[in-house]
Amino acid sequence: MARERGLLLKIRGLRIEGRADEKWFEIVHGVDLDLHRGEVMGLIGESGAGKSTIGLAAMGFTRDGCRISDGTIEFDGMELTSSPEEDLRMLRGARIAYVAQSAAASFNPAHKLIDQHTAAPVQHKIRTRRESEEDAMELYRRLRLPNPEEIGFRYPHQVSGGQLQRAMTAMAMSCRPDLIIFDEPTTALDVTTQIEVLAAIRDIVDQFDTAALYITHDLAVVAQMADRIKVLLRGDEVEEADTRSMLSSPQEEYTKSLWAVRSFRREQKPAVGAGETPVISVSGVSAAYGPVRVLDDVSFDIHRGRTVAVVGESGSGKSTAARCITGLLPPTAGEIRYHGEALPASFRNRTKDQLRQAQMIYQMADTALNPKKRIGEIIGRPVAFYSGRRGAELKKRVDELLDEIELEPSQYYHRLPSELSGGQKQRVGIARALAAEPSFIICDEVTSALDQLVAEGILRLLSRLQDELDLAYMFITHDLATVRSIADDVVVMKEGRVVEAGPKDEMFRPPHHEYTDLLLSSVPEMDPDWLDHLLEQRGVDNIGEAARK
Amino acid sequence: MGVVSLVAKRLGLGLVTLLVVSIIIFGAVELLPGDLAQQILGQAATPETVKALREDLGLDRPAVVRYFDWLGGAVRGDFGFSLANKRSVAEQLGPRFANTLFLAAVAAAFSIPISILLGVLAALWRESVFDRIANVSTLTSISSPEFFLGYILILFFAVLNPWFPSISSVTADMPFTERVFVTLLPALTLTLVVIAHMMRMTRAAIIALLASPYIEMARLKGEPRWKVIAVHALPNALAPIINVVALNLAYLITGVVLVEIVFVYPGVGQLLVDSVTKRDFPVVQACCLVFAATYILLNLVADVGVILSNPRLRHPK
Repeated sequence: MARERGLLLKIRGLRIEGRADEKWFEIVHGVDLDLHRGEVMGLIGESGAGKSTIGLAAMGFTRDGCRISDGTIEFDGMELTSSPEEDLRMLRGARIAYVAQSAAASFNPAHKLIDQHTAAPVQHKIRTRRESEEDAMELYRRLRLPNPEEIGFRYPHQVSGGQLQRAMTAMAMSCRPDLIIFDEPTTALDVTTQIEVLAAIRDIVDQFDTAALYITHDLAVVAQMADRIKVLLRGDEVEEADTRSMLSSPQEEYTKSLWAVRSFRREQKPAVGAGETPVISVSGVSAAYGPVRVLDDVSFDIHRGRTVAVVGESGSGKSTAARCITGLLPPTAGEIRYHGEALPASFRNRTKDQLRQAQMIYQMADTALNPKKRIGEIIGRPVAFYSGRRGAELKKRVDELLDEIELEPSQYYHRLPSELSGGQKQRVGIARALAAEPSFIICDEVTSALDQLVAEGILRLLSRLQDELDLAYMFITHDLATVRSIADDVVVMKEGRVVEAGPKDEMFRPPHHEYTDLLLSSVPEMDPDWLDHLLEQRGVDNIGEAARK
Repeated sequence: MGVVSLVAKRLGLGLVTLLVVSIIIFGAVELLPGDLAQQILGQAATPETVKALREDLGLDRPAVVRYFDWLGGAVRGDFGFSLANKRSVAEQLGPRFANTLFLAAVAAAFSIPISILLGVLAALWRESVFDRIANVSTLTSISSPEFFLGYILILFFAVLNPWFPSISSVTADMPFTERVFVTLLPALTLTLVVIAHMMRMTRAAIIALLASPYIEMARLKGEPRWKVIAVHALPNALAPIINVVALNLAYLITGVVLVEIVFVYPGVGQLLVDSVTKRDFPVVQACCLVFAATYILLNLVADVGVILSNPRLRHPK
């Protein structure tokens, strides 16, 4: 139906170049895009696909160090690539608006929400300050923000992430633009919060008949939001089709591979025999940061050769539990036992051997590796520290470890972390943990910063290493798809407590604990009608409350 | 932690610092070689007269007792008597400190607004001709010794063009405008010295923020460039700017010795230099303590300013 209403955005042969090391190289290689009035197009692809760059270019904007080198961008009859900056400025905010990935970072911390909301309409002389304030309250109400009359007068840090993301959508709507660019608006949110924001965005785009470019790497999310989907890979278009046919019959190999990622699933291991001593046993642990209690009587066991997935929203205490196990944060009550033997609360009082047994792999491989050290040194250091190997023996062991993580030693030994891809860096993180020859590894959101295909490679590697070395894993994640593929047992945490725990098969089979149910049902599915059905089930008005219960 | 308790903590720390500094000042003078009474009376004095003077000055008492005596007096504004002219130190120091503060205030009134404005403009038009000229010229002025700058200004504005007096002798009964007029050349010299530091910090602090998502957001809302810089970047860049302003204000008060001498300006700097040459220790101690207190106070004000510039602390959840 949108098709008859005329073309709003017409991009032809768009080429964008980025600057690195004093040279320009192309990052978008001639992309075409047609968007009709009132239509929502999903742009999907992995990081580096050029999604955000194209989204910003649709506003005639390029980030510092980027430039449009060729092609045309026609918005409602106006050619953006040749327009003077001043004309583009009149367009931005007024007729094309932008919703950024992290609302927490994209709201100015120094100003109240309402001041930031009213800036564009007042600047573009669309509304007076007073009218715009009243309109903001109306938009806040429509986006189902709590206390719509009052919330605008708070500073960004006084509002939660999900609410900020909705406030930003309201801000984008403030001038009733013809087009909104949504740049991964829910990626930084928990699944339960994501639902609220998705529903709110979809409603308001519908109500005001706004066209949108919806940029995301999450297929299931785009399936809920978009009329049409365009798949991008390294700055090239792979294919474009309307949402339903794209989901049911993708044409290109790459698209099919994206669809197939979620198929990796390892066999669940049989239940642990009674009487077997767990590798790590967390019993009755409570912990606090200063006066703030963050863990409350948490207990779970992790057995040899098994993976325990610890799931929950941010702030549920998952990572704090890991810090207690490693001794970084001594618990205020309870104890951590290793093979039945209590470990000293603080890592300072643990022996070298006790330290060796528990290793960590981090979420951001980028920041977890010393950028000035070569890969050989990064892996070699813990080898030397724990095993005392030196010289040729040390080199041999590092080579073995590099083989384990499927990186050719002769090629990677002398490289710096910056010369590796995200997935390779994470592999080095794994090798560094293995270097200590531990019996237990904590994986803290190790795949959440990676693209789906790369993440799957990491999961397969971890799974193979577990079989070979009989490792126990504590797998911290908020992504239930990852839990499905790799876990043997699941621990669900909320507000510092364990609300449910058990073997994976049982956890994914009803009846669940109310909160587990909320988490599970909030994970977007590829079915384009999933969000509608879910909202119907939960009742549109109480999505927010359901998440908070 | 609330703002009040944070500020109270800083205030307490400031007092402790001042106490430590007072011990150092007193101790340093105490460690100087030679006997004070002997020096006052000269080599020809008999041991009896020296002993009598020592008792008179209280020098025979232990250092700790004299320290607390001195500190107790200083707290009440009584710094003892000058050895050189037997007048009360506070009486000599008071008007001169007021003069120094006046000079600093005139210099600050020029330099702070100019350097922040230049910094904002340089950030707005970065890499432009304006930016380069501002950077190079302020760098040149900060790299030149201040007495040199002072003499250059005297040459151009007092000798070649006799617009301003080359000697800035102010007196207590001068009308305000005349006072400002007489102080203008030394104030201008100081302005040239401090402007580069503040301007460059303002520029750098703003530019560091320009890659932030909220700056990109402001641009994508179609806000004009000057608004992006002045409304969105500047308030978030305040913390480093406040710190550098405080540091330079402190310099304007405590670092003016050379400028005061070039312009024969009757400030604390001159008094300090005179007293050191005359070995007039009570005056030296008092000058040092006043400088230290000024320094600590300004840094304290900066700390409080930084705390107040942070919306997270001003408006807790």
